[in-house]
Amino acid sequence: MGLEQKAGNMGIVTARLEDVVNWARTNSLWPMLFGLACCAIEMMSAQASNYDLSRFGMELMRASPRQSDLMIVAGRVSRKMAPVLRQLYDQMPDPKWVIAMGDCASCGGVFNNYAILQGVDEIVPVDVYVAGCPPRPEGLIHGILTLDEKVKQEKLKNWA
Amino acid sequence: MEDLLKPITETIHQRFGVEAHESHGLVSLTIHPEQLISLVKTLRNEFKFDMLAAETAVDYWPEQSPRFHMIYELYSTPQNIGLELRVPLDGNAPSLPTLEILYANANWHEREVWDMFGIKFEGHSDLRRILMPFDWEGHPLRKDYPLGYEELQFTFNFDQVMIHKPHPKS
Amino acid sequence: MPDYREVTLEDLRNLVTDRAVTGETMLLNMGPQHPSTHGVLRLLLELDGEIVLNCIPDIGFLHTGVEKNMEAKTYQKAEVMTDRLDYLDPLGNNLAYCLAVEKLLDLDVPPRAQAIRVLLTELTRLNSHLLWLGTSALDLAAMSVFLYCMREREIILDIFELCSGARMMTTYFRPGGLWRDVPVEFEQAVRNFLRIFPKRIDEYESLLTKNLLFRDRTRNIGKISAEDCIRYGVTGPILRASGMAYDVRKVRPYSGYEQYDFDIPTRTEGDVYARYLVRMEEMRQSVRIIQQALEKMPLGPVRSNDRKVVPPPRSEIGVSMEALIHHFKLWTEGFPVSKGSTYITIESPRGEMGVYMESDGGPKPLRVHYHTPTFVNLQALPLMARNHFVADVVGIIGSIDVVLGDADR
Repeated sequence: MGLEQKAGNMGIVTARLEDVVNWARTNSLWPMLFGLACCAIEMMSAQASNYDLSRFGMELMRASPRQSDLMIVAGRVSRKMAPVLRQLYDQMPDPKWVIAMGDCASCGGVFNNYAILQGVDEIVPVDVYVAGCPPRPEGLIHGILTLDEKVKQEKLKNWA
Repeated sequence: MEDLLKPITETIHQRFGVEAHESHGLVSLTIHPEQLISLVKTLRNEFKFDMLAAETAVDYWPEQSPRFHMIYELYSTPQNIGLELRVPLDGNAPSLPTLEILYANANWHEREVWDMFGIKFEGHSDLRRILMPFDWEGHPLRKDYPLGYEELQFTFNFDQVMIHKPHPKS
Repeated sequence: MPDYREVTLEDLRNLVTDRAVTGETMLLNMGPQHPSTHGVLRLLLELDGEIVLNCIPDIGFLHTGVEKNMEAKTYQKAEVMTDRLDYLDPLGNNLAYCLAVEKLLDLDVPPRAQAIRVLLTELTRLNSHLLWLGTSALDLAAMSVFLYCMREREIILDIFELCSGARMMTTYFRPGGLWRDVPVEFEQAVRNFLRIFPKRIDEYESLLTKNLLFRDRTRNIGKISAEDCIRYGVTGPILRASGMAYDVRKVRPYSGYEQYDFDIPTRTEGDVYARYLVRMEEMRQSVRIIQQALEKMPLGPVRSNDRKVVPPPRSEIGVSMEALIHHFKLWTEGFPVSKGSTYITIESPRGEMGVYMESDGGPKPLRVHYHTPTFVNLQALPLMARNHFVADVVGIIGSIDVVLGDADR
């Protein structure tokens, strides 16, 4: 009711372009299905009905990287998997963000050896790190909301 | 020793000359690499040990001979008894005949032992790396292969560790 | 990005049929990132139109080096890594590890600890089967079953959090017994769960068992006979659905399973539908075991008294000098385990899991090897998927219940 009164008869609202685009982006982030190990199970729990992720706009997890804009790396990344992950990240169109979910994706976690990458930020630039082994679904949701705040602060001059 | 295993171990002692040891509830035979195929064939055909329950290796570095022990766990489903075979192997170019024709799941187990330890299996249909990337060098589970851990990053060595850590450029 | 060496058809010559070499059939890569492969499994399918002629699994994308890492840690600290192997059955992995350590040490576990171990292991089995049901039904396009199963899982995860503080990776079983006793609210929580759960299993059955679409997609798909199962060493629900009643809990009982009364469900067809029915019936038998364990739970201590292995309670440390010394030695050096080797098997929800543990007399293990069911069951996948459509391969992978952390360790 208030919006129509402010807009008058013409139905035109003025706002900054940055705000509108950032608001649209945060409310419809589509994550790419990249569950590798145990954190994937907690990501599935976060998607299910008890801790619902679709209230944040993430109704579906897209399997194809060409149609998604958020990559949640959930689980440990081994040396054999690293080129695959980089190729998938390269296939995602801009703008794209990365959440490193769990200890293994953030810093290598419990496993400090020859076979696991010590943190997925060795190969892709990460925006938000979520700690936990595995992090609770509420922890993942807090990470996603932190990413929302980060996206809302993006500026016009940094695009393209 | 269980009653069902006693006649089996005695027959094997008469035919192949191997002694059975028991430790912590497991009966184990230590045999020579040359006796492996004939012994396993006897166990499978005569005594109905029809399932290969596990196949792995242990590295006893720095002892050079024997350096590896190859462990086979055989299990008999009709009689519900288990038996362990140990084959000591030398450190330089260890190799064994393959059990793939007798037990089909030895295929991947032997690939894993080749990948992790470097023990070659003669007659294997497809011996290549299974767990590590195909162009990896070295055999990780040997004791002289380093663990490869990254040094823990505290505040006093923060910068030294950051120099060696790879970072993406975009 | 590294340069790739081209894998030529020469390398694959003895794995694919001759028609692939001429180009008559197509080689399709069902890659590590795929919505239906339940983890990072790569399959190379040789296709003639839509029919799969051969299927080559490629694993190793989740190889964690757990076996090597455990050799560098003491026995207490190495147990933390066992949770993360088969991450749908963390308490089962803990149980296998603790049984192996207790066998090497000849340590006795008090009966109350054994009863609680059985109860929590069966709850974990329910957890794993519910997730299997949810994800494999999701692959066959029954999405509401996924949401219902996750709802039940949340209740079980709440029970785990009540006991140990963590939802999934609990490390609740320690060598000698449990970490600490279960709290007072545990019994009521389990009773509430047991009151509602059998009706929920009936709900899932009413959604799927007589459903024509589900039956068309799962009957006569992925058949394997019992002899082939034994030849490939395949155990678990796949073997039981092919006709052989082999369950490690009955043939080599551990941790007091001989006291409980339960059946082993078997079927004879050996296809995907039979495996589904076997797992649903196993869920009912698990509920039976949990009820009996709850009724018969004895009172008493939950951890062995051997202070060389089990840390003393905190209240004693301030009072007794020996308790302080034991605590110090356990945390700095770890407990030494006598020289020897052992092989322990348990029944995980996927099949028979074995732990081979060898010790050289020191505080760190010399070799720990996990013989995991998924590693063995995946070898039988090419046999099961021959001459089926590509869409059936998805259903077959779901019925094997693949967990890649188990296969790659």
